Amino acid sequence: MPGPEPAGTTGPATGTTGQAAATDRRPTLAVWKFASCDGCQLTLLDCEDELPALAGAVRISYFLEASSDTGAGPYDLSLVEGSVTTQQDVERIAHIRGVSRRLVTIGACATAGGVQALRNFTDVTDYLSVVYARPDYIATLAHSTPISAHVPVDLELRGCPIDRGQLIEVITAYLAGRTPDVPRHSVCFECKRRGTVCVTVAHGTPCLGPVTHAGCGALCPAYGRGCYGCFGPSYSTNFPAFVPLLRRDGMDTLDVVRILRTFNAAAPEFAAASRAEEGR
Amino acid sequence: MAVTYRAAVIDKVGLDALIRALAARGRTVIGPTVRDGAIVLAEVTGGADLPYGWGVAHEAGRYRLAPRRDGAAFAHSAGPQSWKSFLHPQRERQWSADRDADGSVVFSAESGPSPSYAFLGVRPCDLRAIAVQDRVLSGGRYPDPAYRRRRERAFVVAAECTEPGATCFCVSMDSGPAAGPGYDLALTEVIDSAGHRFLVRAGTEEGESLLGEVPSRPADTATQDAAHASVAAAADRMGRTMPQVDLQVLMRETLTAARWEDVASRCLTCGNCTMVCPTCFCTTAEDVTDLTGDHTERWRRWESCFDLEFTHLPGGPVRATGLSRYRQWATHKLGTWYDQFGSSGCVGCGRCIVWCPVGIDITEEAHALARERDGGVAAGSAPEAP
Repeated sequence: MPGPEPAGTTGPATGTTGQAAATDRRPTLAVWKFASCDGCQLTLLDCEDELPALAGAVRISYFLEASSDTGAGPYDLSLVEGSVTTQQDVERIAHIRGVSRRLVTIGACATAGGVQALRNFTDVTDYLSVVYARPDYIATLAHSTPISAHVPVDLELRGCPIDRGQLIEVITAYLAGRTPDVPRHSVCFECKRRGTVCVTVAHGTPCLGPVTHAGCGALCPAYGRGCYGCFGPSYSTNFPAFVPLLRRDGMDTLDVVRILRTFNAAAPEFAAASRAEEGR
Repeated sequence: MAVTYRAAVIDKVGLDALIRALAARGRTVIGPTVRDGAIVLAEVTGGADLPYGWGVAHEAGRYRLAPRRDGAAFAHSAGPQSWKSFLHPQRERQWSADRDADGSVVFSAESGPSPSYAFLGVRPCDLRAIAVQDRVLSGGRYPDPAYRRRRERAFVVAAECTEPGATCFCVSMDSGPAAGPGYDLALTEVIDSAGHRFLVRAGTEEGESLLGEVPSRPADTATQDAAHASVAAAADRMGRTMPQVDLQVLMRETLTAARWEDVASRCLTCGNCTMVCPTCFCTTAEDVTDLTGDHTERWRRWESCFDLEFTHLPGGPVRATGLSRYRQWATHKLGTWYDQFGSSGCVGCGRCIVWCPVGIDITEEAHALARERDGGVAAGSAPEAP
C-alpha cells in the first residue's frame, strides 16, 4: 500500500499548521508509514498522559494517523514506521530523508524488515499466488528491507511494537539535545532488575532473552513466558552457544527456526542463526 | 573487651514471634519465601511466609524447587536475588533539578526516608557479601550516603548453612558455612528427634534485646552440639571447590590463557552472572528530562561489565569481545578485587553458576586456568570432580 507523497514539501504550505509555522518555534514532528501494521505509530497516540505536554513541545506537522491536516516540511524529527517493500517505497523514503533533519525508525518493520521479511527466505512470487486472486495486480519487491538499507538513519527504536517509554525518551532527549538512553544489552538485565525469576533456569522454558535487545522491560518472562524476541538481537549475541539451550528445553529444528523468524526474521543475527539451523 | 551475648533456643512459634517483633519495631522484614518456582527474598509478615518444607536442587544453569520431608525453613541456597537488591537497589534517584520561571536552576538532593530493613535468613556467604559491598559502597573517600543509611539501619538475622547446594563453595572462599561477624542474631536450624528448633545467638545489644521479646528457652547442650555438628557437616558437603592456589596470582598469571577463548565461546554475555552476584556493584547514570525541559532527574541503575556499552568511549567499547568481558569479570572478582578493596570479590555463593543460562562455572574455569598455567591438561577438559 503506497502512502501519500509528503505534503507541501515542494509547493506552498497547506493547512492551518502551515500558516502558524511562521511564529511557532516548536520543532516539527512528522510520522511516516511504510509496510507495517500501524501499531508503532499508535504507540505515540497511546502516550495519553504525555500528549498535552508533547503537543506543547513539538508541532505535530505530519501524522496521518492522527490528523489529515498536514504541514509543510522540512521536518525537524521524523519517525518512520514500516519496511520498504515496493519501488515507490524506495523513492518515498529517499524523499523523506531529504526533508527530515533527524530520522528515527520505530519498530521491528522499520529496523529489521518486520514479519513481512519472511519473504526474504523464499520466493515472494510463491506467496503472491497463494494470497492474491490476481497476483498480476501486485507490484512488490523480492525482499522486505529496513529503512537503514536505503537511507542513513539517526536512531533505531526496536520492538513489535515499540515501547512507549522509549518513544517518549527519544523525543525528550531530542528536545533536550542529549543522547537518548536506549540500552542495547540483553533482556536478562531487565528480568534481573525487576526481580523476575529466570524462566529458563528455574522452569526450563525456552526464552530468547539472553540474545534479545532490551527495551520492553522483560514483559513476557514477568508473566512466566519465554521471550519471543520482539526487540530483535541485542548488541552482543552468541547464537552457537545459545541455540543448544533452546534444544535442551524441548525445541526441535523447526521450533528454533520459527521462533527466530517472527517480527525480526531478517535482522542479520536472527537470520544467520535461523539459516544455520535450517542447514543442519 | 569482647562482649558475650546470650544464646537461646526458639521454635517455629518463636521464629514467627521474632518476625512480628521486628515488624513491631517499624522494620520491613525481608526473608525467603516461595514465589514463581523459586525461593525469593521478599517482605514476610510472619512465619507462615517462610519456605518450610522447601529445598532447592540446583546445578550449573538449573534451579528447581524440591520438597523436603524434614520441613526445614532455611535448607536452601543460591536464590535468584541477593540482599543487594535491597541495600543497593537496581535503580535509584540521585538528585533532581528544576528550572524556575526566571531561568535559574534549583537542584534537590535525594533525601527521602530510608527504609529500616530486617533481613531474615542471611547466609554466611551473603553476610560476607554484605561486608564486601560495605567496603565498596560505604568505605573509602566517597561513601554512598543512601547505601550507608540503609545499611546502618538494617537488622541482620543470619541463618547458618546446614544444607549447601551442588554449586556452593563458601569453604573455598572462607566465608561459611558458619556465620562470621556482622549479624545481630544468628540462627542455626536444628531438626532431630528432639524437635524442630533454632539455636539463636545474639551478636549485638539490639539482637539480645529483641531475643528477649520472643518466647525462648536457654540454649541446651544437646541443641548447641547438634547445631555445631550440622554446620560442620555442611562444610564437608560443598558441591564445588576452588583450586587450592592463590587465586589473585592465578588471575594475574593467566591473562593470555587459551582457556579464556574456550569460555568466551560458551558465554552469552547476557549479564546474568553480574546481576545475581551479591558483590557486583557497578552502576551507570541515567539522565531523565521531561517534555517541558524544566525538570530533570539523575538516576543510577545496575550496570554490568558484560554490557558492550559499559566501556563505550568515543573510539568504541574498550572491551569489545566477549572474551575480554568475561575475563574482566572473573579477574576482577577473583584477583584485582584484592588490589582495589583488600579482599576477594567472590564469596562462594554459587549464584553465578546456577543462574548462568548456559551454566558457566567460575570454579571450573579457575581449575582449568590453574591446570593450563601449571602445564597440565589442555584447556577445555573437564574439571576435577568437586
